[in-house]
Amino acid sequence: MNGVHDMGGMHGFGPIEREEHEPVFHYRWEARTFALRQACGALGKWNIDMARHANERLRPEEYLPATYYERWLSGLQRLLVESGLLTPSELAGGKSEKPAPAGLVAFPPEKVETAVRTGRNYRVDTPVPAGFAAGARVIARNINPTGATRLPRYVRGKHGIVDRDHGVFIFPDANAAGLGPKPQHLYSVRFAARELWGADAAPKDCVCLDLWEDYLDPA
Amino acid sequence: MSQGHDHHDHEEGSRFSDVELRVKALESLLVEKGLVNPETLDKLIDTFETRLGPRNGARVVARAWVDATYRQRLREDASAAIAELGYSGMQGEHMVVVENTPQVHNVVVCTLCSCYPWPVLGLPPVWYKSNAYRSRVVIDPRGVLKEFGVELPADVEVRVWDSTSEVRYLVLPERPAGTEGMSEQELAALVTRDSMIGTGRL
Repeated sequence: MNGVHDMGGMHGFGPIEREEHEPVFHYRWEARTFALRQACGALGKWNIDMARHANERLRPEEYLPATYYERWLSGLQRLLVESGLLTPSELAGGKSEKPAPAGLVAFPPEKVETAVRTGRNYRVDTPVPAGFAAGARVIARNINPTGATRLPRYVRGKHGIVDRDHGVFIFPDANAAGLGPKPQHLYSVRFAARELWGADAAPKDCVCLDLWEDYLDPA
Repeated sequence: MSQGHDHHDHEEGSRFSDVELRVKALESLLVEKGLVNPETLDKLIDTFETRLGPRNGARVVARAWVDATYRQRLREDASAAIAELGYSGMQGEHMVVVENTPQVHNVVVCTLCSCYPWPVLGLPPVWYKSNAYRSRVVIDPRGVLKEFGVELPADVEVRVWDSTSEVRYLVLPERPAGTEGMSEQELAALVTRDSMIGTGRL
């Protein structure tokens, strides 16, 4: 979707404010929100692309002023209701009104270490032919899907060169929509800064993005 | 604290307590329904506060500086080479290491959200997640780097990596001059978080 989260190249957000010796979490509620999101995600009711898209679907007037963990909290509330784990009235009232779905067990503390250390595998073993090889000239498609996509607006319609083939990966646009992994090649594609931003950009600079087969046409 | 955080505390103070109540209420409800175990939350928070952080990435960088065969393994399969040092998992499943040279300076961002290599760098700083960094570093990388105190000559190529997939990038900074006699441990102590994102130099 062409949301405000897709902010590469926008102007007007002001200087980048940094903090020396920054703590991992500034407030306990941030730490609890982070952990709640991981613990609820481990219930398996949604995937990582659905989770990202829940944040992206915040209305622009909510998204822009919100801090990172406020976005995570709002996104989590949305995921819990949409997946049926909570009803809107439970969320509003803070009281349980019906039991959790049978067979669903809270993620146990003794499994945390292994889960964090192992992660998940987003690469897919299915053999899928590669449409492009390193060095191929490509154009990022000018598509404007209303669902989740990892193709930022600032490269659509632009010419680039395939830098490397990362292999076959889950395709987020399909995965976020619950349509399965639609496995396909993922490429690192290099775009000259001048192709993206015009003649004022530095001549040697470039931006590299990871783009899936479905985002690319041969140039 | 920076001006940014004073500003945050001051202007958003009332909203902060609201959000704290929202989180408490949500946690209680999820615990009551048996969907969340509070000890799991404690364990997760402890892991991210104490076990993960840029000291991990610094060990990878120092090893690459002293061991050419390790550096080669990082180039070929960064996830496996990083796992040799014990770092792996969530948000670091598919690692790529990009090397700075006298001709090329790399810098990493996630313009669409805030993707970041957790096993080697921990959770990202607030500035990395900020609208200002995400929007600007792709269109004005040299301006952003200048704000971070990094000025690059025009003949150095700036390569910005926008983390749009599950691949996570770690910058391998150049080894500083005059460190020939230092041990791997001493070298690791020189490596900053920002040098591994690409907004710092050593």
